Amino acid sequence: MNKLFASIKKQPIWIFVLACFVFFSFASPYFFDTGNFTNILVQASTIGLIALGMTFVMINGNIDLSVGATLALAASLAVGLQPELGITGAVLVGLLSGILIGALNGIIAWKTGVDAFIVTLGAMIGVRGLVFIYTGEESFYAQDLAYSDFGASEVFFIPVMAFIFIFMTVVSHLLLKYTIHGRNVFAVGGNRAAAKEAGIRVGPHMLFNFIFVGFMAALSGILLSTEMGASTPNLGRDYELWTITAVVLGGTRLTGGYGSIIGTLGGVLAIAILRNGMNLLQVPSFYVLIILGSILIIVLFIDKRFSEQQGQGVGA
Amino acid sequence: MKALLDSFRPGLTNREITPLQFFGKHGITIAFFLCVVIFSLTTDKFLSTDNFFKVVMQASIIGTIALGVTFVVIGGNLDLSVGSLLSFATVLVVDLHDKVGPGMAIPLMFVFTLLIGSVNGFLIGYLRLNSLIVTLGMLSAIQGITLVYTGGKNVDISNDENTWFDIFGRGDLFGIPVPALIFIVSAIVLQVVLLKTSFGRKVFAIGGNGTAALFSGLRRNRLVFSTYLLSAFTTACAALILGSRVMGSQNNVGQGYELLVLAGVILGGTSLLGGSGSIVRTVIGVLILALIQNGLQLLGYPYYSQWLVTWVVIIAAVWLDIAAKRGKLFSSY
Repeated sequence: MNKLFASIKKQPIWIFVLACFVFFSFASPYFFDTGNFTNILVQASTIGLIALGMTFVMINGNIDLSVGATLALAASLAVGLQPELGITGAVLVGLLSGILIGALNGIIAWKTGVDAFIVTLGAMIGVRGLVFIYTGEESFYAQDLAYSDFGASEVFFIPVMAFIFIFMTVVSHLLLKYTIHGRNVFAVGGNRAAAKEAGIRVGPHMLFNFIFVGFMAALSGILLSTEMGASTPNLGRDYELWTITAVVLGGTRLTGGYGSIIGTLGGVLAIAILRNGMNLLQVPSFYVLIILGSILIIVLFIDKRFSEQQGQGVGA
Repeated sequence: MKALLDSFRPGLTNREITPLQFFGKHGITIAFFLCVVIFSLTTDKFLSTDNFFKVVMQASIIGTIALGVTFVVIGGNLDLSVGSLLSFATVLVVDLHDKVGPGMAIPLMFVFTLLIGSVNGFLIGYLRLNSLIVTLGMLSAIQGITLVYTGGKNVDISNDENTWFDIFGRGDLFGIPVPALIFIVSAIVLQVVLLKTSFGRKVFAIGGNGTAALFSGLRRNRLVFSTYLLSAFTTACAALILGSRVMGSQNNVGQGYELLVLAGVILGGTSLLGGSGSIVRTVIGVLILALIQNGLQLLGYPYYSQWLVTWVVIIAAVWLDIAAKRGKLFSSY
């Protein structure tokens, strides 16, 4: 029981998730329903997949602002190249594009020493430019219905998108918590110079995490395009901000060295449940923006008070 | 080469200045003139007064906002909420224009924009919360407030022939377009404020070392608060230009501006860590972005190719700056 209490104290966002869950269960007759729960998971999966990768990058003390643009590029390639390469080929090229953009960001951040915020800010603008040039500012539609059928299909009675999200959450959690790479994520984020002195190859380590988040953004974009059976050049706009919001809500510090996949999952679910519940209550979506913005600031405020009481000094 | 470099620093001839340090310090100015020369040679329309004002016009909205944000960044913080704030202010001034007339609409818009700026300032200055997350939260909250205000509809000025409001976006004064004039005059005023007043020096002090500044008796909280008021003020000025130019406004018109503004500020060499930067260099940074846009368009490249060039230019500029301070081209990690 004490352990449970301690872990809740570490993850204040889960209290909020539970509170929202209970509130909407009573407030709306349509909320407490297995169909709606899988709905929430599907809605959460787009931001969620990127947030999993972003957690690694942010615990590292870095940030990736280019994920929204990468998502659009991967989706456009995966749909746009289908006539030439077939579905499998096009999807592979889409995933590869995410890996390449991540690798490019990682190598630049590693070799030049320029702050990841600036490196990925540049990439965000540049990659979005690439998307507009490649697509000619037009939306692409998947001609082969098998593509959009995949987005609507189910695995073990749950929608495939929700399944992939849950699967990747488990993989990321294991990777972060029980592997050497995961331990190094915290070491590099906590004190980069000390990690280097301790023999961790900081550059290649960060490169891997950038590739991971690039891959996740591409995966998320391709899944989103299978759901719609189409891709638009404006896809994923502002997703970098939503992703960072989810990760920060989950308790990951912007300064690095602290965070968890469980927390990130909480942050992602908080956003998804809030959106879903308010939607069911027919509250206009504008109010969700105001509430989410306020919650982000309140969580930050509570976290700061909490860490000051513990004598940890100034938190993120 | 060495003699040439030394001539830039009389009296310090025994101090080595490596080419790396030279380019790190003056790279952005060199890049600016390089842009001008290249575009002048490759197109015949580039080098004209008309085109010069066109470039400044294009730069005026992002540039005016960037002036205030430069103060915030020098003070060691970030402001990601200026894009949403621009949407809010533009929608407000356009909507109020038809309801209470331009004479009342403009001051009201300034009041409400500064009010939101002071919320930023209070949270970051007085509660000392992380500026990136607070302004990220405000970005979404302000967007929400704007949508609630308009009910999701776009606004416009019904009678755009019969109002003096068009002067800010479309007017001319002494042969200079008014948006360019607003940009240039605010840049000059703020450059003087930054360099010649105690407020400007204090902003450098809190950005360079906040704790040291606090112990030297500076009111850090109030200073941070003022920098956010300033960025809200310049955003309101930009909204005046934007609303008047379009004579209407979409409710997400400023979406994405915050990052373009930051790109200009960073390109000008203002360090995101705070404590260094200058208004003149921010102006140069923003103008380079506008020059690239203008030049590539004149050369007939697709519109979005400028974004690719921006990508390269931003990273190259910051890399040079860092490499010069480090004394080595590549990092040791």
